[in-house]
Amino acid sequence: MAYSEKLLDHFKNPRNVGTMDKSDKKVGTGLVGAPECGDVMRLQIQVSDNGVIEDAKFKTFGCGSAIASSSLATEWLKGKSLDDAMSIDNMDIVEELALPPVKIHCSVLAEDAIKSAVKDYRVKNGLEVPVEEKNHG
Amino acid sequence: MAAKKIYLDNNATTPTDPRVVDTMLPYFYTMPGNAASRNHPYGWEAEEGVDYAREQIAKLISVEPKEIIFTSGATESDNLALKGVFEMYRRKGNHIITLKTEHKAVLDSCDKIEKMGGEVTYLDVQRNGLVDLKELEAAIKDNTILISIMWANNETGVIQPMKEIGEICEKHGVLFMSDATQAVGKIPVNPKEMGIHLMAFTGHKMYGPKGVGALFVNRKKPRVKVTAQMDGGGHERGMRSGTLNVPGIVGFGKAAEICQKEMAAEAERLSKLRDKLESTLMERLEEVYINGDAENRMPHVTNLSFKHVEGEGLMMTFNQNMAVSSGSACTSASLEPSYVLIALGLGDDLAHSSIRFSLGRFTTEEDIDYAIEAMVKGVNHMRDLSPIWEMYKDGVDLESVEWTEH
Ligand SMILES: Cc1ncc(COP(=O)(O)O)c(C=O)c1O
Repeated sequence: MAYSEKLLDHFKNPRNVGTMDKSDKKVGTGLVGAPECGDVMRLQIQVSDNGVIEDAKFKTFGCGSAIASSSLATEWLKGKSLDDAMSIDNMDIVEELALPPVKIHCSVLAEDAIKSAVKDYRVKNGLEVPVEEKNHG
Repeated sequence: MAAKKIYLDNNATTPTDPRVVDTMLPYFYTMPGNAASRNHPYGWEAEEGVDYAREQIAKLISVEPKEIIFTSGATESDNLALKGVFEMYRRKGNHIITLKTEHKAVLDSCDKIEKMGGEVTYLDVQRNGLVDLKELEAAIKDNTILISIMWANNETGVIQPMKEIGEICEKHGVLFMSDATQAVGKIPVNPKEMGIHLMAFTGHKMYGPKGVGALFVNRKKPRVKVTAQMDGGGHERGMRSGTLNVPGIVGFGKAAEICQKEMAAEAERLSKLRDKLESTLMERLEEVYINGDAENRMPHVTNLSFKHVEGEGLMMTFNQNMAVSSGSACTSASLEPSYVLIALGLGDDLAHSSIRFSLGRFTTEEDIDYAIEAMVKGVNHMRDLSPIWEMYKDGVDLESVEWTEH
């Protein structure tokens, strides 16, 4: 199975690896997956006072596709509003990285991580959390 | 300069020894006969080649040449042994005992036997991968006809106590079958000494060609018979019909001869390299665990788990320059981590973090030095990226975290 150049690049030179202080009110943290399933993603966003994502960081335990998906997600998140972040679709990641069918779950996990980070930020700051309309089951 | 490629996946398959290939070539070109053609020299030459190979192989495992049935590989041999015994002896009983850590060729044959009206007990193994002999003996019933236990495990290299199992079989009058695919040609294998009645093995795990294997079937005391699974011209004493793969068999024979001559020195050399690889990695990296018994183990294999590093991701750091294998779900079609490691009682997380290194005849010390550096670099890269490694380092109890299973 050959991976795309983009995927390999994100795997070898992952962007925005790191850890933010999850107790900081400006930070939203999403931790999804499970060690038993072979992938865990932690995605964090730092949000400015006017609701724009200023910074994003990740760490991922998982296969190359999972790492690349979360690295790409952090790139896409920077500069986006929370609502725009919520509209990132896993299929956009699949397309950008040319993920093979058996790796689609990695992009789903990345989308879940984004949603979970945004939700964490909103809950922490007493903002309204819209009902989720999409469910991957 | 082309990138160096390191092959440490010899349990998956071994490269064919050039001496084997040289022996095979004339059987494609100048001696293309069918070994069953009785009336012309082409047939005779082919038959001679097959007979000689049968002797070479019989000699390697100290049995009679007539006790070797050629097949297309160990998968077929396992199928023939298990289903063949079940069909032949089902009037005496329908119960078979095997292990959860057997190869799929055995497990899936047993599954089929259950559908055919058989009863199969799949025994757990101990934490070190070894069968519990008391449990084994306790599982034997009046209707037990066969115990099937592999000699050495393909994933961990763990060697089962064949002699003791043979004694239990003897005591209870049960046939003993062993998948010895990973052991033959690499360590001394003598089925008769162990009380084994049927034994499967294959060419491509011992530097022979792919697509050729054998089943040893004991001919005397007791005389064992199996019902053919491939019907046709009645080749191989009626147990396996089909025109013999003459070049393959000749190569298999040559491979056996080479193994017999070189096995002792090779095992010694490879166990030193394996130990170097293993001990250096355990020295230079934290939280590395050996999977399976470290004593009763093949000399060229080590299966290690690198905590909080996912196996497939780790393999991607090698830039396709190094071939190893992982028990990680991501490397299998099923998305399940290795059932063998799970049967050893490893949690799914450690199974996902496992790497099997299997060295071989063409592995050099330089390869091992390269592998060590690639592993240290790769594991560190993956751990720098791993949130659970960070949590572990921060003293978070990972058991207490509420994970979102998906
Ligand atoms: C223990 C064991 N049994 C059976 C097989 C199957 O052998 P073959 O590829 O010759 O069918 C293998 C190899 O994959 C093996 O390791």
